[in-house]
Amino acid sequence: MLIFEMGSEGRNATAQFEEPTEVSDIPARHLRGCRAGLPEVSELQVVRHFTNLSKKNFSIDGQFYPLGSCTMKYNPRGAHRAASLPGFLNRHPLAPEQFSQGFMACLFELQEYLKDVTGMQAVSLTPMAGAQGEFAGVAMIRAYHDSQADSARSEILIPSAAHGTNPATAVMCGYTVREIPVTSDGDVDIDALKGAVGPQTAGLMMTNPSTCGVFDRRIQEIADIVHGVGGLLYYDGANLNAILGKVKPGDMGFDVLHMNLHKTFATPHGGGGPGSGPVGVNDRLSPFVPTPVVQRRDDGTYFWADRDQLPLSIGRLSAFMGNAGILLRAYAYARLLGREGIHRVGEYATLNANYMAARLAEAGFQLAYPNRRATHEFIVTLAKEAKELNVTAMDVAKRLLDYGYHAPTTYFPLLIAECLLIEPTETESREEIDGFVDAMISILEEAHRTPELVSAAPHTMPVKRLDDVKAARDLDLAFEGS
Amino acid sequence: MPFVPHTKTDERVMLDAIGVGSIEALFDEIPAELRNGQLVETPTGLSEMSMLRVMSERANQDVIGLSFLGAGAYEHHIPSAVWDLASRGEFLTAYTPYQAEASQGTLQLIYEFQTMMCRLTAMDVSNASVYDGATAMAEAILMAVRANKKSKSKRLLCAGNIHPHYLEACRSIVSNQNIEFEVIPYRDDTGTLDLEYLDTRLSEDFAAMVIAYPNFFGGLEEVDHLTDWAHENSMLVVGVVNPMALGILGPPGEWGEQGADIVVGEAQPFGIPIASGGPYLGYMCCKKTIVRQMPGRIIGRTIDLDGREGFALTLQAREQHIRRAKATSNICTNQGLLVTAATIYLSLLGDNGIHAVASRCHTNMMLLLDKLTQIPGVRLRFDGPVFHEAVVQLPTSAKTILQKVAAENILGGYDLVEVDEGLSDCMLCCVTETKNDEDLSVLTSALAKAIGGHSADL
Amino acid sequence: MAEFPGELHYLESHEWARVEEDGSVTVGISDHAQDELGDVVFVELPEIDSEVIAKQEAGVVESVKAASDIYAPVSGTVIAINDKLEEEPEIVNDSPYDDGWFFKISPTDLDELKSLLSAAEYKESCEDDAH
Repeated sequence: MLIFEMGSEGRNATAQFEEPTEVSDIPARHLRGCRAGLPEVSELQVVRHFTNLSKKNFSIDGQFYPLGSCTMKYNPRGAHRAASLPGFLNRHPLAPEQFSQGFMACLFELQEYLKDVTGMQAVSLTPMAGAQGEFAGVAMIRAYHDSQADSARSEILIPSAAHGTNPATAVMCGYTVREIPVTSDGDVDIDALKGAVGPQTAGLMMTNPSTCGVFDRRIQEIADIVHGVGGLLYYDGANLNAILGKVKPGDMGFDVLHMNLHKTFATPHGGGGPGSGPVGVNDRLSPFVPTPVVQRRDDGTYFWADRDQLPLSIGRLSAFMGNAGILLRAYAYARLLGREGIHRVGEYATLNANYMAARLAEAGFQLAYPNRRATHEFIVTLAKEAKELNVTAMDVAKRLLDYGYHAPTTYFPLLIAECLLIEPTETESREEIDGFVDAMISILEEAHRTPELVSAAPHTMPVKRLDDVKAARDLDLAFEGS
Repeated sequence: MPFVPHTKTDERVMLDAIGVGSIEALFDEIPAELRNGQLVETPTGLSEMSMLRVMSERANQDVIGLSFLGAGAYEHHIPSAVWDLASRGEFLTAYTPYQAEASQGTLQLIYEFQTMMCRLTAMDVSNASVYDGATAMAEAILMAVRANKKSKSKRLLCAGNIHPHYLEACRSIVSNQNIEFEVIPYRDDTGTLDLEYLDTRLSEDFAAMVIAYPNFFGGLEEVDHLTDWAHENSMLVVGVVNPMALGILGPPGEWGEQGADIVVGEAQPFGIPIASGGPYLGYMCCKKTIVRQMPGRIIGRTIDLDGREGFALTLQAREQHIRRAKATSNICTNQGLLVTAATIYLSLLGDNGIHAVASRCHTNMMLLLDKLTQIPGVRLRFDGPVFHEAVVQLPTSAKTILQKVAAENILGGYDLVEVDEGLSDCMLCCVTETKNDEDLSVLTSALAKAIGGHSADL
Repeated sequence: MAEFPGELHYLESHEWARVEEDGSVTVGISDHAQDELGDVVFVELPEIDSEVIAKQEAGVVESVKAASDIYAPVSGTVIAINDKLEEEPEIVNDSPYDDGWFFKISPTDLDELKSLLSAAEYKESCEDDAH
């Protein structure tokens, strides 16, 4: 039942507002003529409605959530509490510096840690999600080439396994996109890359480890090829968790990157956001970072570096300072883990993924890249099952919900047929992983024995499979009743 | 080892199952010379208790007494239930509702949010939100250029009295697509848009006109006239609207003859703390005819296999994960957690509540202006109606005065020299329902003292 | 099995073109294309009187899982569009070569059709894609 359907005219959560006042000095033509039609419910009705809605969600707190490429690790409650301290919650974004030193100290130190982790020379924290970080990164590549009076570069190269945001971003920055194929073992096709680069190449956008769940072994050669023609290398930090504390993108030859703090630094995903996508750059690109950034004076006080200090900046990307509260959570997370904890992230994320891959392979599942090491994630392909049993990857994903596990990422990357991209993360225990593997084995048995049980799944959720076609043909995007 | 649950036994069992001798061996495909992730600048780890102590000390440094700063971030009472509910793990730690059957909570909630935003703005459709008000405006501009089939232009008319940070962010975001802004000047006497200027641009082709309501100075534009003028000249109308103001002000869907085409803005006033500027909530509504040009996630109501009502992401074919280089935007997040807070907030307030809050904001502002203009040398800079913000002119530079009241732990307003050098003796003050008469008197006395002290210095 | 009517001309991007008795060219998408797309949920058509250019985008067809551009097989002026698709996009699935047509062009140069594929060539190209 919708909240709109449980109200009654004149009912209100009356503790939440005081009597209205008469508005007498605004001309009538500006005033609202009739009520909007918001819910008319009591406070208890609201509390109960949203509590009950929440129970219809899977979440990290409730379920193992091995969604590949999304790094659904435990979100420490302590970080949430730290960011919710009244001094932080009540700080106005335009508060003068003297009322902002505590906040700015956290941001400054976070910038330093992120430089440390990525091997970059400068960091800007303002991008509000991975996609905005990508935008900032490619816009900086463009600003750099423009500053060199090198305006003939019109093309961004993107491996075919890339996230859809990469090509969408390149286009937003005014570039055309050329896709580079990936070889059968998951690495970028070097010969194709050599054939594609040239004076038109502005840069290459790449995720490493890639979305195929493997580390591109020839990354240094790739960097040399792109740099050789004057292009720059963009690192999509979607999979940074795999190498956190092990390898620095700056050492691989990348010039610019974004990080997804909501993945790698464990800030909550909130049902689809907020994210946070800081960018890191090497010295070449540091004049172009988006503003504002925090800098420190010799006397130890902090200030906002803006256009005045960074005249070549690509500019502001948000009204204020990006998703500030998410940055505080990431800072708290970094303080909790510390250097030694961060070193272990990549290690145990990789251990969990390889263990799960080994167990699934042993149970008869087909890995997409059986001869490669898994990174923090890996791909299972159900092409055989789809053909022989008529049970698809989507069916298995839906059946997993019945077993109490969130489904892995399905049908991505697009290169692999009937694929599940599985990322357990370092915060899951061996028992949890074993439980998931057992569920997969059990579903495979069901697929042989009673395939209709799998293909009609889920059976225990609040709803069965939804009619997507009706949703798109008969658009119902807002409730019209009262 | 915070949050890594592995015991030595676990580790050994797992390595055995994989068939390697050490965790390091799992990284053997990475060239050896790259395997150097050693951290140097990052300190060693802390317990939660010690971390909270560090963070509390930092947070306490930033506490202020009384604030009259608005300028795009507004302090309102947040009902206790809002974040109690929004912080439930089922909302906080879920992800994008791609598995609809296991995400009906988030999906229904967003559908309710979309409905509330449509009703407040009197628009047909809403998306599931974008990052913040500034990026919502940027997305609206890109959308308007795509959607206006009558115009071939990539130029826009943009209100000169829009939040300057919004304009700056929009320039950063859209300039690489060769979209240009013509800024409509504002009148020196009212701070509202100069309608006579518009007629000088009649012969030109613009894709859209962007109007701020209330404008950055808190004033109310002649939106009916502006909307009709823009439509007569084949432009789409983009309203950048503080949704809290719609508790008392007419909705943009009813501006002029046909209403605005796209309405965006910052929904932070709906239950979201000011918290240094984010995470906030950019909302985005439009007319049904152009819904396929709208970026971001959209939730639709449909049925399941058994014919039961259910909710799902829809119109996804426009999005980056399917359409890639031809997507409407590269955006993939929405501000889900903040949508959750705003939806709970609006449910608690209802029509009566939002009307009450908005009217009290406005009345408090008028009370403050009455008090402030009693101070010799202080006047209202612009004529015309305002919502809950106004430009107050001081007898000397605002910077000096604001510094003096800040010494008393009061933030008196926003120094407008940042926006317009001609307004260096002006500050933008905001009052919401959270202030009582005593608060207004405290600011008035502090300002009087600061100004008096200044006069004495002369 | 998908149908590939022999009298039509095809683009590799899956549009078909039919020359009508009055010299106009009707455009739609092939049976194979509608099958690959799945349930069509929306069709965006060019405006009447607008100019289209051969092998350039003239519209979009959208299913739940994909959105594909529709390319004009020949250059010319759009003289008619199939309004019915707006309300009932499923016609594209039910009748791709008849009731599910998209738009009609008054072509500037019918010779442009010569560079299009025959039914046999198009069928082969579809089979190649499947491998």
